[in-house]
Order: sequence, then structure tokens, then C-alpha cells
Amino acid sequence: MNARSVIVVGGGLGGLLASLRIAASGHRVQLFSLFEVMRSHSVCAQGGINAVLNTKGEGDSVEQHIFDTIKGGSYLANQPPIKSLCEDAPGLIGTFERMGVAFSRTPEGTLDQRLFGGVKNRRTCFAGASTGQQLLYSLDQQVRRLETEKQIEKFEWWEFLAIVKDPNGRCRGIVAMNLRSLEVRAFRADAVVLATGGFGQIYSPKTTCSTNSTGAAASRVFQQGARFANAEFFQFHPTAMIGDDKTRLMSEAARGEGGRIWVPRQAHDRREPLAIPEAERFYFLEEWYPSFGNTVPRDLASRAIWKVTREMGLGVAGRDQVYLDLTHLDSHQVETRLGAILSIYRKFSGVDPLSTPMTIFPAAHYSMGGLWVDFEKDANTGGLRANSLRNHATSIPGLYACGECDYAYHGANRLGANSLLSAAFSGRVAGEAVSAYVSGLEQSVESDSHAAFDAEIRYQNQINHHFIHADGEENPYDLHRRLGSMMMDSVGVVRDNSKLNETVATLVELEQAFARLKLGEANPWANQTLAYARQVFDMVKLAQVVAASALARDECRGAHHKPSFEDPAPEHSQAGHKDFEAFRQRWKDNNQKWLKTTIADYHPDGPRIGYEPVDTSLIAPEEPRDYR
Amino acid sequence: MSSPDAPDVRSEIRSPDLTTVPDGAAGDMVESLFTPARNNDIFDPSDEDAGRTERVVFKIRRQDDPFSAPYWQHFELSCSERDNVVAALRRLRTNPVTCEGERVDPVVFDHNCMEEVCGACAMMINGQPRPACSALIENLKQPIVLEPLPKFPLIRDLLVDRNRMFEHLKHVQAWVRIDGPWALTGALGGAGGTQKETCLRVSQQQWAEDYLYSRCMSCGCCLAACPQYDEGQDFVGPAALAQVRLMNAQPTGKFDRGERLHRIMGQGGLSDCGNAQNCVRVCPKAIPLTTAIGELGRATTVQALKDLFGG
Repeated sequence: MNARSVIVVGGGLGGLLASLRIAASGHRVQLFSLFEVMRSHSVCAQGGINAVLNTKGEGDSVEQHIFDTIKGGSYLANQPPIKSLCEDAPGLIGTFERMGVAFSRTPEGTLDQRLFGGVKNRRTCFAGASTGQQLLYSLDQQVRRLETEKQIEKFEWWEFLAIVKDPNGRCRGIVAMNLRSLEVRAFRADAVVLATGGFGQIYSPKTTCSTNSTGAAASRVFQQGARFANAEFFQFHPTAMIGDDKTRLMSEAARGEGGRIWVPRQAHDRREPLAIPEAERFYFLEEWYPSFGNTVPRDLASRAIWKVTREMGLGVAGRDQVYLDLTHLDSHQVETRLGAILSIYRKFSGVDPLSTPMTIFPAAHYSMGGLWVDFEKDANTGGLRANSLRNHATSIPGLYACGECDYAYHGANRLGANSLLSAAFSGRVAGEAVSAYVSGLEQSVESDSHAAFDAEIRYQNQINHHFIHADGEENPYDLHRRLGSMMMDSVGVVRDNSKLNETVATLVELEQAFARLKLGEANPWANQTLAYARQVFDMVKLAQVVAASALARDECRGAHHKPSFEDPAPEHSQAGHKDFEAFRQRWKDNNQKWLKTTIADYHPDGPRIGYEPVDTSLIAPEEPRDYR
Repeated sequence: MSSPDAPDVRSEIRSPDLTTVPDGAAGDMVESLFTPARNNDIFDPSDEDAGRTERVVFKIRRQDDPFSAPYWQHFELSCSERDNVVAALRRLRTNPVTCEGERVDPVVFDHNCMEEVCGACAMMINGQPRPACSALIENLKQPIVLEPLPKFPLIRDLLVDRNRMFEHLKHVQAWVRIDGPWALTGALGGAGGTQKETCLRVSQQQWAEDYLYSRCMSCGCCLAACPQYDEGQDFVGPAALAQVRLMNAQPTGKFDRGERLHRIMGQGGLSDCGNAQNCVRVCPKAIPLTTAIGELGRATTVQALKDLFGG
């Protein structure tokens, strides 16, 4: 076998596992990251990783995990990849454990598992309160080992700017910028894997994502012709603590343990929260959803908070915030059960949630959508065909994508604790696929002409030159703030077509504002403003895809909610009942129209939106979601 | 190193945005259960400065590149009680004007998660190495003095190159050697829903001890505080030593115990530790670094005897 070279961009869970898998196939890996890979956003995942091990005598099954994932995503995800995802999960846990991940233990010393949102069985493996950190570090250690064995070469502090295509349109490398010297250089590779994470920063500061979750890399390859899928599906977490720099996740457990969400009944009530008597508090979740109360699912909670603040103007102190109150609970018990949350809140706000209600608001948390990737179905198993070079291939030959930057597993909404799983699994699969692809190549990239590489370097240098010498009045930090606030307003928790229309137009204006930019930084060494301004520009381009996709989809599905098209299940009516069956029929009719993947193609005038069918060969969409 | 701050913890939490309610406002209450929003400008992003009242002075050490001389600049900006140093630095980027009114380049610094799990934003704050994202303004003495972490090559302003840390992790072989990243059983489509891999058994007590060390985020605070760790010195530092302790306890990692111990028995290893105990005092994750060093001391002694007499 000829050893080929593969570039992996992104050093989170997906990128590192892909790198290990490619190296294991005997190919050379060059790993690019904006920063030291162990700082990737994967470290922020606290909750855990799903795998059916059936360790708790509950009769949990892989079939159930598949069903929960498919239904949780409102049937919008292709099912063969999900089947393999869930079947492979136990093996992945084993791999991580072999690498030394400190998974939490039962008294017998075996893997412990816990319950997570949206499922009935204990299926979630966890490592204390820092599962993502533990998984990432184990991969980071393995990659470091392979660095010493010269199988992986790291390029940290390099930013991916573009792929380079040969005359046949195949991806043959990348152009990247050194974040210290600002040198723009081309790197050849027989194939490229993008593992660059999500794009919560387009909603900044109301996001739980790290500052580097900009989606800029995915946006760049989209602008070079890679298709983008299901961009309108973005999960908002209902309870994130208010922060000026970012909003930090307060786990659902806070509501599960008895936390109550409320606002003062009177707008702009200036009293301290505990000075407001019970009768003058509005426990809106308990009033609106009597059966679930405060433990309604994530998206319902987010929308209720949205309604009470944005539509009724009842946000605490007139701002985007409501109370999440634990002060009525037994403080000893709360301390034992919610220690991790309490310490984050105390650490970042200086306030003790046991004596003062927390202030929270929904935040952009996870992008279900992402780069469109292919898969090959195995006719015998109904899952993925192992080692097929089609798995996780983008629409550009030789360019692969895995992790949060692809769209493959979560449909319209992601199941809790499935994100670490899909990042790891897709990294492994993409690694296998790209290895198969480069093994089959006739000609190594080394023999390619340098014309395409030189042209891309020149083009990227021109962009840098324009940004550095622009002498307008627009500041990139301000542009980013405007972008985040606009996206949260109209492409956030609740969407409305007339507002979306406005936003699509405003986003074009925001893009044009870059012609009037001024960086305000002269030093050409380690100049962070240049890299940032370029990222914001690409975020605007990506936001246009999100807004256009949201505008085009006239229905409610998963995280995408348009009240004008809402058709809730009828009250006081069960399956078999005439009203409910009529509702089921309407739901199926709507699926005929809308159960399809949104596909965005780049076009200079703005993204073109089209659709493709979803592979529902395993579980037919028969069961509408019903949360009453 | 300068002396640590006495944290100025306020006994009372002031609520932000103390706009007084005009007298008689309560009498304006309408009959309806809800008072509807009176205007839409409450969602105006330009209103973000609401609640930021306190003027805070920062004294920041600047350096344009690795080869030029450092200099100090003072900045004053409005902060709210919940601000942390990263939030303040992020705001400062948008309009970096010194106390003298001079517009300067934005301060260069590293940050990412802002939740104290990635380790990127460690710097010296009032003489103490710590993550900047969890350093609350209200607990800091003014002027708040920001400097880059020492012991590492400076890149620019507050940004340093921590690559040495990772080289030291390579040196001590801080990893578990595995056969490969594939599943040992249950390849695609064959797992069948039961765990066929042999599960390693780890007692809850051992898990709890190991877990403490597994949370090291390589922020470099312990190395900044360690008097023995420095450029030009061989000492691998407490962070790498703690990883040796962790890997040597891991069921598979145990196989390479001797090799790792040998790596820290020579120059730059355990014996370079001067027992100053600074590392454990500054570690943001409360990792028992000195405990690890103590345990390794005993382990290397045993290893040395083994080497001498065979065993």
C-alpha cells in the first residue's frame, strides 16, 4: 500500500479520532488547529456519552437507542448512519476506556451509567462532571504518542482559510494562515477532513459555545462549493446563566431536582427576588404546562421563556432573563445533587444560588445542521457499509467532514449525550472512509502542478491586504455583536417569516459593511483582529444560510419553530381517538411535504435552497411527538 | 512573586441596574395580570451597558513581539459585578483607549471556553497565576495588574507559547499505549447491544483519586508558580509529574510504569522539585500535585532498588 498524506482540520473529539484512525491505516496525518488541540470546545461537554451497555437490568437495547435518536430528531436524519452510530457506541466506550478515560464507576468497579433527557433507560456513561474533557484528553494523549512516532504532525496556531482544488474539482490540500507571522501557506494532501465544530458564535453572546465555535471553516468550504444541510436546526438550551462574555450552561438537572422558573408578575419590578411574595410571582411553566411543570422538554421551556420575556415584556428588570429558583429547596440535598452547577454559578457570578435565585435565558447550544455528507448503506445490515469511501464525504471529492460541523445524525433536534457519541463515531468513520479514498488514488498529490496552490495563496493574501488596509468606520467586534443580536432575535428560539425576510436583507447589508471596515490594529505580528474580522465575515455568510433555510421551511419540526405553522396534538385525546387520529393524519400529510433534508448551495447572490429525501428505511414516521 | 490579594468579598450582593422606582409607580399597576411591554427598546443591544457602573482600572503589561521591550499601559473601563477578566478584556478590544486617551492596538491574549475547563486564558493577575475567565473583577484589588505567564517564551502582550509543557508530557510518556483506536470487538454492525469488551475494573476509591489528576487542563499555572521550573532548566514540572502518577495507576498504563519512572529519575525529573508547594496552592482545579510528587518519590525509590537488585 502506498502511504498517502491526509490533512485533518480541527483537533476536537472528531478531528483527533479521525487522525488516529488515519494513522492506524498507515497514512501520514497533518493536523491543523487554531490553538493547542486540547483547548477545543469538546472539553465543555459535561453530561456524558450514550451507549447501550444494559448494565442496569432495565432491558435497554440498541434498537431503543436508535428509536430515541430518530424520533428525537423528528425523523429528519437518515437512518442507516444512526443505526451504525448506536451499534458502535459500546465499542467506542471500550476504546475510550482502554485509552484511560476515568469513567465513573459502580461499587463493583464497572462502568456506571445514568439517566439523561428524553429517554427511559440509564444509558449515559460519564466521567464525573467533565466527560468531554476526559474523552478529549485521552485522544490528545494518543495523538501526542503518535507525534513522537512521526505518524502525526501537528500545526497548532494555524488557521484554515481555504481548500485547494485541482482542475477536476478534487480537493488536494489547503491554504492556511500562521496566526503569529500571518504567513499564508499552501499544504498539499491527498485528502482533507474538516472537523471544525459548530457555529454557536453566530448567536453571540447568547451561546454556550467557545469563542472559536464560529463555523468559519465550514462557511469557507461552503463558499467554495460544499453543500450545507439543515442549517435552520439549532438547539437552544433553555437554562444558561446570564453572562456578558458568554452564557454558561446550567444543566437540566436544576429543574429536575425541583428548581422553579418564574418572573415577577409586574414588569420592571425592582424588588429583590426574595422580597416578592408568592402571589406576585408568575410561575409560567407550571401555569402553562400543568402536567410537566418546570420539567418540560428543552424546546418548550425555551419557547415559554421567550414568550414571557420577548412577547409579554416580563423579563426580570426588563431584560432577557428569568429566575431559576432553588432557594426553596433543602440546601444540603441541593448541594449534594447539584454541586457542579452550584460551583459554576458561584464561580462566574459571585452569587450563591442557594440564597438568591439564578437568572437564566435560552442560549444557542448545538448545531444539528452542518456540511452535507454522504453515506453508503449496507444492503445486508441496513446500517453503514464499513470502510466505504462515501461515508462522511462532502459534495467536494476528497473533502470529508465529521463532528459537529457535519449534519448527519441529529435531524431536527439532538438527544442529550448523543453529541460526544456522534463526534467520536463520525471521526472514526470519516477516518476509515478517507483512508479508503486515498488508498485508491492513482496519483499522489506530490505530482500535482503548483499553479492552483499559488493562485489560492495569492487570493488569500489579497483578502488579508484588503482587511488590513481598509480605512472605514466599521469595527469587527461591533459587526459581530450586531450579527449575534439579530440572529437571536429572528432566527432564534421562535421564527416568523416577515421577520426572517427582513433579516435576510439585513444580513446582506451586514456583509456589505465589511467594505467599510477598519481593523484598528497596526502590528503585523500575532495580529488577532485580522483573523477575527475574517471569521466574522464568514459567520455572516453562514448566517445567511441559516436564515434562508429557516425562511424556506414553513413548518414546526424539532428545534425549528414557526408559531404560524404550529399544529399541536389535540387536548384530552389519546391515540385511537378520532381527534388524535385526525391530528396524526395531518402530521403525516405535513411529513409528505416537509420530511426532507434542506440543502443549501452557494451562489454569489445568496444561498440557493433545495431539498433531498430522507432515508427512513428502518423506522417509518408513524408516531408524532406528544408531550402532554 | 508578589503577595497574594486578600480577596475583597462583599458581604452583600447588590442588584445591577439600581434605577430607582419613582414614587407612586406601584399605583400605576393595571388590572391585568400582566403589564405588557411598554416599548421594544428593551431588546436594543446598545443597551448592554446597563448595569455597568463601576469604573475599574487595569494595568496591563504590553509587549509587541518576542524581541522588543515590555511596557505598561493603563485602561479604565466600566464593569458590572459579574464581570471577569476575560469579559473585560473582550470589551476592551472593541475600543482600546488608554487612561491618557491614546488609542492603541487591542491587547492580545488567549481564551476559548470561558468556563475554566480549557486552560487557554491563564495569566498573571495581581501577581498570581490563574485562569482569567474565572477571575471575578469584584474580588480583585485595583488597579488590576495583568501580565503574561512567566517561564514561557512570550509571543505578544499576554500571549505565551506553552509548547514546552507538551514536550514534557512527551518526555514522561503521559499516555496509555493501546493497540489501536478501533474497537476490540463489535466492528460496524456487530456490537449487538451488549458490551463484549472486557471492562476494566476500577474501585470507586481509586477512581476518585485518579479523577482528580485527570482534570489537569495544562493551563501552566503550577509551572508559573514553581521556583524550579524555568526556561533553560530541564525540570519537567509538577503537571507532567502528576500525569505520571495518573498513568501509572491506570490498569493498562501500569504496564509501562517502570519506563515512566525511569524518565523522571534522571536529570529534570523528580529530584529537581524543591518542595516549595507553590504548585498546589495555585492549581485552579485543586489537583493534589504535591501528593503525586510524594507518591512518586516512594515509587522511584522502590524502582531504584529493583534496578539495583533486580525484581
